[in-house]
Amino acid sequence: MKLQALQQSYANRGRSNSFRGPSALDSSVDGGTTAAVKSPASIFWLILHCFCCLISLVLGFRFSRLVFFLLFSTSSINNLYTSTTTSFGTASDIAETLSFTSSNRNLSPLVVNNTSTVATTSRVVVGRHGIRIRPWPHPDLKEVMKAHKIIEAVQREQRVQYGIKNPKTLIAITPTYVRTFQALHLTGLMHTLMNLPYDVVWIVVEAGGATNETAALLAKSKLQIKHIGFEKKIPIFWEARHKIESQMRLQALRVVREEKLDGIVMFADDSNMHSLELFDDIQKVEWIGAISVGILAHSTHSDDDPFEVQKTMDEKDDKKSESPLPVQGPACNSSDQLIGWHTFNSRVYKGKHANYIGDMAIVLPRKLEWSGFVMNSRLVWKEAEFRPDWIKDLDMVVAGDGNDDIESPLSLLKDSSMVEPLGSCGKKVMLWWLRAEARADSKFPAGWTIDPPLEVTIPAKRTPWPDAPLELPSNVGKTTIVTQDNTTEKRATKTRTPRTKRTSRGKRKRESRNADARRNSGERIEN
Amino acid sequence: MRNSSWGFLLMFLSAFLLDLDAFELRKGQKTERISGSAGDVLEDDPVGRLKVFVYELPSKYNKKILQKDPRCLNHMFAAEIYMHRFLLSSPVRTLNPEEADWFYTPVYTTCDLTPNGLPLPFKSPRMMRSAIQLISSNWPYWNRTEGADHFFIVPHDFGACFHYQEEKAIERGILPLLQRATLVQTFGQRNHVCLKDGSITVPPYAPPQKMQSHLIPPSIPRSIFVYFRGLGARAAVWENFKDNPLFDISTEHPTTYYEDMQRAVFCLCPLGWAPWSPRLVEAVIFGCIPVIIADDIVLPFADAIPWEDIGVYVDEKDVPNLDTILTSIPTEVILRKQRLLANPSMKQAMLFPHPAQPGDAFHQILNGLARKLPHDKSVYLRKGEKVLNWTAGPLADLKPW
Repeated sequence: MKLQALQQSYANRGRSNSFRGPSALDSSVDGGTTAAVKSPASIFWLILHCFCCLISLVLGFRFSRLVFFLLFSTSSINNLYTSTTTSFGTASDIAETLSFTSSNRNLSPLVVNNTSTVATTSRVVVGRHGIRIRPWPHPDLKEVMKAHKIIEAVQREQRVQYGIKNPKTLIAITPTYVRTFQALHLTGLMHTLMNLPYDVVWIVVEAGGATNETAALLAKSKLQIKHIGFEKKIPIFWEARHKIESQMRLQALRVVREEKLDGIVMFADDSNMHSLELFDDIQKVEWIGAISVGILAHSTHSDDDPFEVQKTMDEKDDKKSESPLPVQGPACNSSDQLIGWHTFNSRVYKGKHANYIGDMAIVLPRKLEWSGFVMNSRLVWKEAEFRPDWIKDLDMVVAGDGNDDIESPLSLLKDSSMVEPLGSCGKKVMLWWLRAEARADSKFPAGWTIDPPLEVTIPAKRTPWPDAPLELPSNVGKTTIVTQDNTTEKRATKTRTPRTKRTSRGKRKRESRNADARRNSGERIEN
Repeated sequence: MRNSSWGFLLMFLSAFLLDLDAFELRKGQKTERISGSAGDVLEDDPVGRLKVFVYELPSKYNKKILQKDPRCLNHMFAAEIYMHRFLLSSPVRTLNPEEADWFYTPVYTTCDLTPNGLPLPFKSPRMMRSAIQLISSNWPYWNRTEGADHFFIVPHDFGACFHYQEEKAIERGILPLLQRATLVQTFGQRNHVCLKDGSITVPPYAPPQKMQSHLIPPSIPRSIFVYFRGLGARAAVWENFKDNPLFDISTEHPTTYYEDMQRAVFCLCPLGWAPWSPRLVEAVIFGCIPVIIADDIVLPFADAIPWEDIGVYVDEKDVPNLDTILTSIPTEVILRKQRLLANPSMKQAMLFPHPAQPGDAFHQILNGLARKLPHDKSVYLRKGEKVLNWTAGPLADLKPW
């Protein structure tokens, strides 16, 4: 309804300032005269109309509109008028006038204004000024930067308002040892910790004593690291390894106790995967909290499908407590209170799991993994006044060094119902447990730098350098040129016979290519 | 004696300091007090400050119209219906007209809708006239003051001018019979025929439940600089800024429109058919700083809400420089605006919830009416004195409804 009314009003307006071309003017000029009688003015307009039509055909748009605008507009266009009337002859002249008019800034917004008001009725113009467009409607770089600074400030304020207030230091405890996959796991964990907006103290306990290799890896981060050596070495068997790892974590807890580190302790195993949301969530812990851990018990080349086995188990026992989901963590009732634990059901995998590191089978976690717990560091401090009554003293639980082993931090509690379930009561999994290891005897380059250079395993078939070994400068890049040298040598000895075989077809091409290559490489090496 | 006085002084000081802290940490977020030209009045309680008498009109003026077209309950002008319902059950209502300060006439003039849902104002003048004739002949209170202590809710585009086209509305002017009454309308523009002195400008109706259901957690970072979704009428903005990555503007309304507004720093509120726009209400609810592009506009509850401190005013002629204007606002000013917007009383004042809640738009209207009390002695006419011209206006309006 409104649109129709507007259309009407604009049609009315359109009728009053007509831009419709000579036909309208014909009728307004002629008035009473019939179509048969042609006054000089009408003949002039007719000729003009013909010209405009021809020019429009050539140029491809309605030129007459522009012309009539120039003729009838109120701004100072006298010069332009004369220029346009004199230049009706050739299309090139018209093009010149067009470019002249378009460069005149006065005109362009007005032209657009008029076309916008008259052209389409779907574009509703209600504003009192019409549409103003600045001549270069593109973003200014300085303003874009300013806008981004504004957005940054707004987001910072949002974090202050709605995010965590007074974040505590994060104390991450990681047991590790030198092996093939260490760099893979530690780098991932290191980068996760480096990305946190909180203060981090990273306690890395290394089995077999603190080594330079691990230290070099850790030095790449800018974190505050306590690199502690642990005398025993990691054993081959997983069961024993889990035990040693627990001891290593206890050692770290002793360090926390002695140095009275203040913050939130979490157990970040080097092969686990942590989501950044996890670290935001654990800031909420008061004394001891539990989170849900997704268990990625990976299996490689195992004959049986583990899921198949699980299904048969489900059919047999229809107990609800058998959770098919590989998640360990707190279980809550509907009012978000801790009522129990989801533990990993290792019965399913009996006899099919890995026994030693590098075994091609599923690596199983323990019932409740350490990484699923976070605690306030004050729990392990010596002085009893810092912790509530339902926490046992660390020294009481752990009988000093030696063969102590506590399965999980729950042993530190007298009352395990005081554990706070985090991650929306365990519903959100923000941490995944994974054990991926190569065989214990697998080799890897120390520090993952290749020095001395490797033996060639597969020579390159098409090399840009010639067969004959060249004298290369000694200090040009270790790996690449040296291997090239090797390949050329090897090629010289090995591949002569295949080359002779291949000569029939592409000999000429090859020779020319080789010649070019030789020329090129020769030039290169001379440089 | 001395000790006790010192003690009192200390207590007073500590209470004062604690009060400051408490205010700062109220509801866990820093918000700022809103004080407009009428003072800190958003939280005033109108109960006890005024009495409103609601005329009993035959249902053809209100209920029957609503029954014919229930869409009136959801469109932008639904305030007139909800205000009637609110007043019927409000403690400010009085059944004794002798003690009333204000008189309310429940006539739904904006409920004649086209198939598309747009209201037709053509019958509204006749309807209003007919209602006033009724109340003036059945009760003596209209003639006592010729309507000066009566108020009417006229939420349509140009208020009591009863037309959607500006030229026609200006031609008609405010309905002559309403010359002395107080008008509660959404339209507000300075120096305009259709805005009477002493009118109360209110926000357009926006469905509160719908907006509440689209709230996202406030910790989600605001990453859009300028946001606008609207019809082609805002062509100036589109032409100038469609290539600008800071401006998220389009004519299409996505389903995530409300969520997107909560992720934006600035929301444009340019003028549409009429200068006011529901975008303003949405921007305030979602904490997005409104950029008001409408010259001389009078915003809702302008005496109670300091709109210059909360939003950004941009002249219509300055639209091509919008990015320069917005990026040159200092960061502290922007953060302060956001704090003011975060104040829950600010958001509440823009809504018409049902059932009514303290501090909402209904109460702000009553506060506005209460601020106009006591009535000046001149509103009471002497016996036989007549001010209004009952035959003024276009002939078509004089036909009975």
